Amino acid sequence: MKKDIILSGVGGQGILSIATVIGRAALREDLSLKQAEVHGMSQRGGDVQSHLRLSTGDIFSDLIPKGECDLILSLEPMEALRYLPWLSKDGWIVTSSNPFVNIPDYPPIEEVMADLQSVPNVMTIDCDAVARSAAAPRGANMVLLGAAAGVLGILGPDELREGISEVFARKGEAVVTSNIAAFDAGLMEFKTLRK
Amino acid sequence: MSEKKLLLGDEALALGALHAGLSGVYAYPGTPSTEITEYIQSHPLTKERGIHSQWCANEKTAMEAALGVSYAGKRALVCMKHVGMNVCADPFVNSAVTGANGGLVVAACDDPSQHSSQNEQDSRFYADFAMMPCFEPSSQQEAYEMAGEAFDYSEKNHIPVLMRLTTRMAHSRALVTEGPVRAENPMRFPPKDIERFWVTLPGISKAKVKQLAEDQAKFREDSEMSPRNNLTDGPDHSLGIVTCGIAYNYLMENFPDGCPYPVLKVTRYPFPISLLREMAVTCKTVLVIEEGQPLVEEKLRGLLYDDAEGNGLIKVKGRLDGTLPRTGELNPDLVRAALGLGTAEVYQVAKTTVPRPPALCQGCGHRDFYTALNNVLRKYEGSRVFGDIGCYTLGYMPPFHAIHSCVEMGASLTMAIGAANSGVWPSVGVIGDSTFTHSGMTGLLDAVNFGADITLCISDNLTTGMTGGQDSAGTGKLEAICEALGVDPSHIRTIIPLPKNYPEMERVIEEEINHHGVSVVICRRECIQTAKRHAVLKNKS
Repeated sequence: MKKDIILSGVGGQGILSIATVIGRAALREDLSLKQAEVHGMSQRGGDVQSHLRLSTGDIFSDLIPKGECDLILSLEPMEALRYLPWLSKDGWIVTSSNPFVNIPDYPPIEEVMADLQSVPNVMTIDCDAVARSAAAPRGANMVLLGAAAGVLGILGPDELREGISEVFARKGEAVVTSNIAAFDAGLMEFKTLRK
Repeated sequence: MSEKKLLLGDEALALGALHAGLSGVYAYPGTPSTEITEYIQSHPLTKERGIHSQWCANEKTAMEAALGVSYAGKRALVCMKHVGMNVCADPFVNSAVTGANGGLVVAACDDPSQHSSQNEQDSRFYADFAMMPCFEPSSQQEAYEMAGEAFDYSEKNHIPVLMRLTTRMAHSRALVTEGPVRAENPMRFPPKDIERFWVTLPGISKAKVKQLAEDQAKFREDSEMSPRNNLTDGPDHSLGIVTCGIAYNYLMENFPDGCPYPVLKVTRYPFPISLLREMAVTCKTVLVIEEGQPLVEEKLRGLLYDDAEGNGLIKVKGRLDGTLPRTGELNPDLVRAALGLGTAEVYQVAKTTVPRPPALCQGCGHRDFYTALNNVLRKYEGSRVFGDIGCYTLGYMPPFHAIHSCVEMGASLTMAIGAANSGVWPSVGVIGDSTFTHSGMTGLLDAVNFGADITLCISDNLTTGMTGGQDSAGTGKLEAICEALGVDPSHIRTIIPLPKNYPEMERVIEEEINHHGVSVVICRRECIQTAKRHAVLKNKS
């Protein structure tokens, strides 16, 4: 079994902490993993992505071939669209619906949403609102991860919660609790929207 | 059971070096190499053993200090991005002539496709022409293991070794299984019989250069015998494939059940010629898949025996004949196309997707500096601003459009000197604090000696910002450095870049532009990224 994921967003939004949690969970479950990250100039508010590959067998390439990505997980709706050529025909997009507008020519958000809806399996989530309602205003990325847990398959919610606990442990119990609350709220939102 | 860790390629190399008994890492930050040194800095063994890991002023001072460690019999690692190799080219090339005493490994991280760089030069060429062995791991596990092997090889053969990574290996994580931890070397001077080679007087180094040329045969033989280079057979000999470094992964991605063609996997140079010849006995077409420039492909192709169509006795395919793109990073899709496997039908990029280039952070001091500079220079039609390497290069982008050039580390003020000599006025250089101490100080001495009519603006954010906020060598010393280099103290001015200070900033900049000699305007406010981090640390304590 393998799962190829593209994490996307804007530099500084925190896609790498999502990757770190999934990585930690994968390590606990003894999965193979390769995770290509973007460091450097793009982190200054540019588009960023990370290719994350999980497998029960060997993984060769650090990069996902086009048309083979199972899940695009995006903290920003237009950024999800940037990686469409990588998405497999039955792949999922799970994305935040909150636009990050730091460029003058950001397209009308309705058009972005329409393009997203043209993909068969897509879920858009107001991650900021869900995070606020879970009393974790800085937990939008964990909300997104919680939603993704609904389709991830190779790792279940329990393993991901363990991953969150490990990754945030050194920041203290309160940070762990708030991130898990955000994660659970995201998972719940996914289940509600899926109905 | 040995421990497994999830590590970046950079971190795997770093851990391999630590476990190989490293005594010091010497480096200047540069994407994608920075995490090697940062990993060593934060590793418990570094503190426990007192391993040197402080950032150097530039790659040349780093390489030379490491050479000193090697002279003293200990093991040293030098790290840099590919263009840093240009800065340290002099000590690097000559370190093959002096040779190594303690193991000396140079890690160069190349950036094909220029994710964060001004070119995509291939560091393997440096090893090749310095006649130095080069290791190019294809996985994070190999990066860990081969770092240790590189130190052993360097020490045993008295030759530095270049470790070449590319962005995709440097910045990709995978599981790494740790091996044993070796002790550091004790201090020990070079053996008496080869001690003289550390003095490169022509009379001595001539003999050593000859020796180095003779050593190539041994290096090559070691490379051919090494399990790091291997030839695996396949049922279909219509094609033979040579992969270098991580290109192997892109090949195998396309053949999950095994490659049908013979494959020569290379992760060590000098190039293993005997293995290639073995493959070429039956494979009359060879595809070379290498990340970066076509170094191996050009060697295989040769020039003399091509027919009119450019085909040799053995047809060589790769980046030069268009089978693969001439420039840019490889990926599984490009390799798939090169193998003639056809392309999958995929979604198109949505029409609403527009580029999102990086930009200076909101609240960044460089922004306020450029606003003030632009407000002044608007009044001077013939003005030109020569920029430099760092976050502030983004001042070229809208809304600022504030700089007219950016070449390499330090070229701002020296180009400003040349332009001023040619009649450009005002001729302004813009450089960051870390870039100034890296490669700007000697240029400022030239400016003083020439009496050049330039204004140098040092946008000082108290850190090396673009690479993530590493300590900057000149912090707290810039005024003293400029004065010591001979700049008139009354023309070394300091301003604080904030919107409320625009009137004062503009007055100071304008006054110094109208001083017909060397002026330095230091524009100082902490990087907002490091300031945020410092605030968090302060709240904790």
